[in-house]
Amino acid sequence: MKKKRFPGSKLYLALITLITYLPIAVVVVFSFNDSKLPVAWKGFTLHWYQVLLQDHALIEALRNSIVLGVVSCAFAAVIGTLGAIGMARVNYRSKGMMEYLSTVPIMVPEIILGMVFMAFFSLLNLPFGMVTLVIAHTAFCIPYVFTMVKARLVGIDPSLEEAARDLGASPGRTFWDITLPLIMPAVASGCLLSFAMSFDDVVISIFVNGPKLSTLPIKVYTQLKTGVTPEINALCTIILAVVVVVLVVAALLRRRK
Amino acid sequence: MKKKNRWGLCVAPLYLFTLLFVLGPMIYMVAISFAVDNGDGHGFFWQFTVENYTKMTDPVYLQCFTQSFRLAFSTTLLVMLLGYPFGYFMAKLSERGKKTMMFLIMVPFWTSSLLRLYGWIIILQAKGVMNGVLMKLGILERPLKILYSYPAVLIGMVYALLPFMILAVYSSVEKMDWSLVEAARDLGASPARAFLTVTFKLTLPGLLSGVILTFVPSMGLFFIADILGGNKIVLVGSLIQDQLTRGSNWPFAAALAVILTVLTSLMIFLYRKITHVKDLEGIF
Repeated sequence: MKKKRFPGSKLYLALITLITYLPIAVVVVFSFNDSKLPVAWKGFTLHWYQVLLQDHALIEALRNSIVLGVVSCAFAAVIGTLGAIGMARVNYRSKGMMEYLSTVPIMVPEIILGMVFMAFFSLLNLPFGMVTLVIAHTAFCIPYVFTMVKARLVGIDPSLEEAARDLGASPGRTFWDITLPLIMPAVASGCLLSFAMSFDDVVISIFVNGPKLSTLPIKVYTQLKTGVTPEINALCTIILAVVVVVLVVAALLRRRK
Repeated sequence: MKKKNRWGLCVAPLYLFTLLFVLGPMIYMVAISFAVDNGDGHGFFWQFTVENYTKMTDPVYLQCFTQSFRLAFSTTLLVMLLGYPFGYFMAKLSERGKKTMMFLIMVPFWTSSLLRLYGWIIILQAKGVMNGVLMKLGILERPLKILYSYPAVLIGMVYALLPFMILAVYSSVEKMDWSLVEAARDLGASPARAFLTVTFKLTLPGLLSGVILTFVPSMGLFFIADILGGNKIVLVGSLIQDQLTRGSNWPFAAALAVILTVLTSLMIFLYRKITHVKDLEGIF
């Protein structure tokens, strides 16, 4: 069917997209500005990028964020994927309840998750730091992986697994050779989304990070309240560049497939 | 029997983790909300009380709830008005156009949301980009004072949450069977009528999912109000954070959190009742 387009629809899309990119563009532009204050353009400089390399606290925060994102994403990938596979095959009476409970972390406002974790971790006497951050982040990463893999499993043709079993493959082998490759894209996109959420989280982290450890978003948040240094702009520009490169490469790879 | 056990083992980590780190903390939160704050800022003792809940009827806190709801409602309404047409138009683009659009939406997702807020500060501040441009063009004579006001917070909220609505609406328009619209048109419905009776109804799950995905977080995004509103706007989120960090009244913070959880669960429950869809559309 020929889809009729609403007149001006493309203009609308372009306009909203432009506004979306406006604040990002501003941050990028001012990362090259030769002034400490983001008010007027004072000329081009790479000074803030040099300052950034010297800023050990900021680099440390970036490292913490990456470690936190990767570790909680890995835990979530294993727990979420296994959970989705298992859930599709068992029929416990508690199943529906568990499915609901496991997605609670992304259904309640973040601040509530942050505060219950803070209270609970003090009850358990866990030292606040990387461990508590990883537990909290794993909790809100699991739902993304779990739900995506679950949706993918529903779409898999059961005859594929049956065929493998009929041809003599063990259940383990069938899982490894048939099921896993089929759900891998869902696991991957679940992981990507989890990492993005973890890398950007400030509300939950701020409750469980403890006094010594800082993640990048927490660092930025503190600076926004006290005074922003332009090297943050520089760091954001670098991250943006990396993201764009990764996304473009991913898109190209997908096209080649 | 043996086979069943093996798959049971698969769900074990999920069950364990969820019981220990989701259900456990939630129950603990409810328990604390009925405890008594011991006033020294460092704890509470176990004595049953409902005082933490009755305290919320104090006009100061009621006003905070009203303010949060007002902001959440206006945010959701704006996000809906801006996001629905966006998702709808986007789904009508060519395959190539859709892919490009998706790419353009995903990139900001990956950049720090705080940094994007900072971008808005640079734009909105009195001597900032927007006023500079508008004054040069002669549209404004004096700079607008938007930053640290209600409109600035609203802009920040709408900006942060719009992508969720777009993705939710887009995915449900994408899945729609266009021949139904065609049928309606063939049977003599005007384009507007066909849209309202067919398209809109079929994409309602997406729209409602978007509503939840914006409404629920907007109750808790205290940092946007904090940064763009400059402490003038106190939301439930900020109140909870304040009670936990400065006030250190855990039982009261817990009670606020319980109320907020109940309200948001109610919304999700209603969503499922209305749309008969179990998972929220769009994020997955």
